[in-house]
Amino acid sequence: MSDDLYTTSTATANKPLIKVEGLKKLFPVDKGLFRRTDEYIHAVDGVDFEIPHGQSLGLVGESGCGKSTTGRMLVRLTEATEGRILLHSDDASDGEEYVDVAHIDRSKQKAFRKRVQMIFQDPYESLNPRRTVFDTISEPMAVQGLASYKEREDAVAELLERVGLSPASAYIYRYPHELSGGQRQRVAIARALIINPKFVVADEPTSMLDVSIRISIMELMLKLGIEFDVSYLYITHDLAVARYMCDRIAVMYLGKIVELAPTEELLSNPQHPYTKALISAVPVPDPKFERPEVEILGSVSKPINPPPLCRFIERCPWAADVCHNNQHPPLEEKSKDHYVACYLV
Amino acid sequence: MSAITGVSSDGRPDLRQGDPLLEVDGLIMNYETKEGDVSAVQDVSFTLHKGEALGLVGESGCGKTSVALSLLRLLPDNANYKAGEIRLNGTDLLALPEKEMRTHRWRDIAMVFQGAMNAWNPVYTVGEQIREAMETHFDHRVTDEEARVKISELFEMVGLDPQMRTRYPHEFSGGMRQRAVIAMALSCDPQVIIADEPTTALDVIVQDRILQQLKDIQDNLGMSIIYISHDLAVIAEVTERIGIMYAGKLVEIGPTEEVYAKSWHPYSQLLLSSTPSIRGPRRKFAPLEGEPPNLVDPPSGCRFHPRCPLATDKCVEMEPPLEPTQGGDQSACWHWERVPELDETREASA
Repeated sequence: MSDDLYTTSTATANKPLIKVEGLKKLFPVDKGLFRRTDEYIHAVDGVDFEIPHGQSLGLVGESGCGKSTTGRMLVRLTEATEGRILLHSDDASDGEEYVDVAHIDRSKQKAFRKRVQMIFQDPYESLNPRRTVFDTISEPMAVQGLASYKEREDAVAELLERVGLSPASAYIYRYPHELSGGQRQRVAIARALIINPKFVVADEPTSMLDVSIRISIMELMLKLGIEFDVSYLYITHDLAVARYMCDRIAVMYLGKIVELAPTEELLSNPQHPYTKALISAVPVPDPKFERPEVEILGSVSKPINPPPLCRFIERCPWAADVCHNNQHPPLEEKSKDHYVACYLV
Repeated sequence: MSAITGVSSDGRPDLRQGDPLLEVDGLIMNYETKEGDVSAVQDVSFTLHKGEALGLVGESGCGKTSVALSLLRLLPDNANYKAGEIRLNGTDLLALPEKEMRTHRWRDIAMVFQGAMNAWNPVYTVGEQIREAMETHFDHRVTDEEARVKISELFEMVGLDPQMRTRYPHEFSGGMRQRAVIAMALSCDPQVIIADEPTTALDVIVQDRILQQLKDIQDNLGMSIIYISHDLAVIAEVTERIGIMYAGKLVEIGPTEEVYAKSWHPYSQLLLSSTPSIRGPRRKFAPLEGEPPNLVDPPSGCRFHPRCPLATDKCVEMEPPLEPTQGGDQSACWHWERVPELDETREASA
């Protein structure tokens, strides 16, 4: 549908690190044992975006919009139903500039994992309670067959200092239960970065943390992002957090990206009616600020075999004939670098 | 300024001048644990006035939920009230025998518990469960007709279709279940509602509607609400007064507008400047070093001193009392006059 979106418009000298094209994930609706289903939840339904080297993209939306599923497909924790995930190759001898990691064969998986890592939401669940900080952080190195034990120990110690767990000797042989939530998330960040990946998917990495701790983790991720030259896909429901973490923001609604723009542009000049509603609904820590009314109807439905119309049509305050007579609108560049999927913009 | 004129900046009568409804006075509460006594609430005092919305804010473990549960006397068995009074219309709730306390619980003070929307019993209709709550707390049977009329009325008040009362919890979305929880809290016409993180698990658009609904209910019924939250943005929108808690202590309390414009406690100041916003200039954060203390062995003097950029020897030795600063604000800090410096250093480094 909109496969040529980026290749025509933004193919510049700076090649993006990752290009996602027509990515889809359909989950069958479980009807019980032995009963085949022809109903599918279209969790992610044709998503296209790209992330330049060293930049971060925020994936924002409400629960069930498909943002986490998208993230999980990019690190291959979930198999994509359809579409391509093109990762810029660092190895020119391959002869290919981009490798489609959605359809990578098993022999190349390990090399892929070296370049792509993930940070999870809940540091209480994502760390193995029986393994020390050293075991957890050094595991990716061991899997990749990198370095001797001594070298790994040195690398982990150095990285612990860089993630703010200092002195490293006080933390390196501790277990997760001896650490606070913020410290655990620092360990999770170190584990993701130990093998120098180029791309990190971070799924709500600060949403379980308290306000004061959250800020220090955000600052840490920003600092290390620059030092390690990492691109983040930052998944969050919180636009205020995305504002601080991301160069650009993509807003998802029921499996589709409805708007994508540079962060400040998106927040100050939203075009899609859903983005407008989302931004109006965010509480502001200023008692004098009068938020605009949220103009949006009903509530989110489940995308089970959705009609081909615009996904937002039932809740849209603007919906017109053009929306009812056409398929879901393509994500189009309406002004410079500002993409919107709406016929009425 | 509003304390002097008795009128707040938006021209409405100053609610702090209203009658005191609920007074918490010098409350001290410990939890007994294997590691020792946890000093969870330490000398907390505040007053809730009629028709007022008060926010209690702080990070996990600061004691805000313990204060809320104290008001209803719903603390677990290992909790010990060491000192203080909680007066509702002048009656000390802590001195009442449990039997008498039951006549106040839910009928005078009701609570929207954190996560309650996931606590509905799946095998009864939502209406039946609200009716059960009413019968338990009124101590008498509620007729079918009474229940139908009352619950329909409550559902309309919280923005639910009255027909939904005969439906089961699984037929409700998350936001609808939370509305029904609020309806249940309102079912015995309480004077005070305590809302503990009422919208935390909800998406922003649903949150926006529910907060609006709570504000309307507060206005229409002249109800008093205590909001408990970690979210300074939500508290900014729904409250007239805000109390900030740290490590079991109330460190600052004042009119919401004044505190957000200029805070007089270093912890509140750092907390406020650590709150990201989608509006206004993109500020640089002032990171708050360290982590909250273990309350089995709280720091001496001011409990915030190990993390405080303004701390001196005095703070290590002596506990600062909650004292008036400027306007209607009170702060528990020996150096409250120096708090604006924190903002200046941050601006300079930005």
